[in-house]
Amino acid sequence: MSFFAILFYALAAATLVCTVMAVTRRILMHAVVWMVAALIGTALIFLLLGAPLLAGFEVIVYAGAIMVLFLFVVMLMRQDPNEPERVEAMLQWRLARRLFWPSVLGIVALIGCVSLLSFDPANRTPLPLAHASPHDLGAWVFTNAWPAVEAVSLLLFAALAGARFLGMPLVRGDRGPGAPKDAPNIGPEVKRG
Amino acid sequence: MIVPLEHVLIFAAAMFFIGLAAVVARRNLIMILLGVEVMLNAAGVAFVGGALRWWALEGQAVVLFIMGVAAAEIAVGLTLVVYAWRRTGNLSPDAFDRLKG
Repeated sequence: MSFFAILFYALAAATLVCTVMAVTRRILMHAVVWMVAALIGTALIFLLLGAPLLAGFEVIVYAGAIMVLFLFVVMLMRQDPNEPERVEAMLQWRLARRLFWPSVLGIVALIGCVSLLSFDPANRTPLPLAHASPHDLGAWVFTNAWPAVEAVSLLLFAALAGARFLGMPLVRGDRGPGAPKDAPNIGPEVKRG
Repeated sequence: MIVPLEHVLIFAAAMFFIGLAAVVARRNLIMILLGVEVMLNAAGVAFVGGALRWWALEGQAVVLFIMGVAAAEIAVGLTLVVYAWRRTGNLSPDAFDRLKG
């Protein structure tokens, strides 16, 4: 087993452990920190698999921007760490039972996919060590896929507008019946319209 | 020489199922969004492995677009979480059921 293979298995194991820790934490802040560790592990795997530009973006966009966004929202919520998640009795098991057959079929499809791929002996030989330079990837994207770049930029603009709209202060008396009296509005309450 | 493509795919599948389990089993809106992120990330790993196997830049370009879509999705998703929290006072997805018939 080559050095890079050992490196891949080590990174994969670390990433999986971090991910499992992230999705099982009760305190949201801890979950986000574990998730940052998992994303940095994924970035190193991208680097190993020959995608240095994506590794950089993974750290900048995912571990940087998106996780900081999560952190801001978690800090905004002021969750009581001792309060358990509100679970209606057995609800999640009912949901899980409804998803049992889809999951089984998904796993069967996955096994089929992997075994189909392993018919080709080229898929069983180790991948070569190579990398696409950021310059090559950027040139490829802007020559062959520039409409997609424009579409993503439009999507980001739509997301900005949507987030701005949803973030507007609630109209007085427009709170749901379940809202506690001391749940603060973010921003001043204003009359709309 | 690194590892066969199969092993990369198995790793990606394991990560995808962890994310799926988080989405199904957790009853906290923020954790559900985190699970979606894990799933998108796993798809990215599979794409990068495929790009190296078939020597095609398309795989890496798709991951670039996944990142853009994930950023947009998380911006709107987290705003919706904040909105639901302001309306209902907690983070449970079952509490926000005003459209229920």
